[in-house]
Amino acid sequence: MAQSAAFALAENLAAAGLAVDGCYQCRKCSNGCPLVFAMDLPPDRVIRLALLGREDELLACRTIWVCSSCETCTTRCPNGIDIAGVMDWLKEQAVARGAAVPEPEVRDFHCAFLGAVKLMGGRLSEPLVLALYALKGGRWLAKLRRSAAAGELATALELLKRRRLPLSPPRRLAGAGEVAGILRRW
Amino acid sequence: MKLTYYPGCSLEGTASDYAAGIAGVAGLLGLTLAELPDWNCCGASAAHSLDAEAARALPIRNLRLAQRIGLDVVAPCALCFNRLKAGAKDLEAKGERLSFRVWDLLDLLTQPVFLKRMAARLVTPLTGLQAVCYYGCLVNRPPKITDAPTPENPGNMEKLLQTLGATPLEWSFKTDCCGAGLAVARPDLIDRLVRRLYDRARRAGAECIVVSCQMCQANLDLPQARISRQAGQKYELPVLYFTELIALALGHPEVPRWLARHLVDPRPVLAAKGLLEIPAPQASG
Repeated sequence: MAQSAAFALAENLAAAGLAVDGCYQCRKCSNGCPLVFAMDLPPDRVIRLALLGREDELLACRTIWVCSSCETCTTRCPNGIDIAGVMDWLKEQAVARGAAVPEPEVRDFHCAFLGAVKLMGGRLSEPLVLALYALKGGRWLAKLRRSAAAGELATALELLKRRRLPLSPPRRLAGAGEVAGILRRW
Repeated sequence: MKLTYYPGCSLEGTASDYAAGIAGVAGLLGLTLAELPDWNCCGASAAHSLDAEAARALPIRNLRLAQRIGLDVVAPCALCFNRLKAGAKDLEAKGERLSFRVWDLLDLLTQPVFLKRMAARLVTPLTGLQAVCYYGCLVNRPPKITDAPTPENPGNMEKLLQTLGATPLEWSFKTDCCGAGLAVARPDLIDRLVRRLYDRARRAGAECIVVSCQMCQANLDLPQARISRQAGQKYELPVLYFTELIALALGHPEVPRWLARHLVDPRPVLAAKGLLEIPAPQASG
């Protein structure tokens, strides 16, 4: 690989305010990460691979999707690297470039969320985001087959009994058009 | 005192109980919360995960609306607060100065002026109530966005509980992530994170967990039955909003109605301490 290609990823990150070249591999990020048990690459390796320009591996990894954005890594990095921000940048690139996402559930939930805000004219309807998410890729049917839906319906019923399930949609904003413009991609 | 109030979407939905408690507490403390007209969703994790431009533009629209009013803004949701702060930092970095401050509701209500008001109006001191304070992630982290002075070990909720007469317990998990953002897509992951919080809270001797964020509240309160089934042991830890404890200690009559809207009913624990007069009838409230 030409040297310039190897550095392109780190440079693109730096241009987005996410410089990674300060990393000296202390692994404080990975040691504090609450979800490292579910990751295929610990956060310090994500930063290392970013420095090495190994973009394809990063866009296809599980880590960026199981990251909960708790910001512990970013808070603790002694070199000021916004590690959680790097995870976000990689997620956005993975979706924009149509990479194979190993955690489609997380991706689809985020897409359903943004779609629901746009549809409702600026605010989120919680039932709508759940409905849009469930409908994606026949997820609802798969769940019914696994009978995982029963527990979720039971929780929904408990919330309904406590008047915590909104039965009317949120107010459509005067600025709905402006918000739809911001969310035009979704 | 009057502030602009940014409730956020879930306070109009699943967290309408939190919204009712906030309104009650504001009344008790002489705080006027004027809802920001035409506020929009902050974009939450979805926007900052998939669309950095939208993640900036959504909170900035709210900040521009708030700028016209000019009052400080308060947000009761950790994620909304974090996104509004991120928007404010973004504007500042571009040389724009906002004339107002963005507050997290817990930070606001634990300012000395309010703690003094609470101490002066205490009706039912929460004597004997053993609680752990759970702050979650985003009111404190990352400090370059939140301006939190002690992001690894915040103490304002403990100070509040002491003011109300309760006993805040020490534990090391007050800012550990509960994974709320993954609750729908990967409930298996949050079960593990949340169960550890229950275990640690119990080990600390807690009878309840106190939170300042409706995402944390839902994520700790809703799955207790499911996690109990998986774990083969019963978890029944009430998860209370700090606003509910303020209202209880200051004698607000509506508190039992708000508490009835939680899944794990906090009323038996409070009644056993003599803090609620009569446990209200089951969950019709």
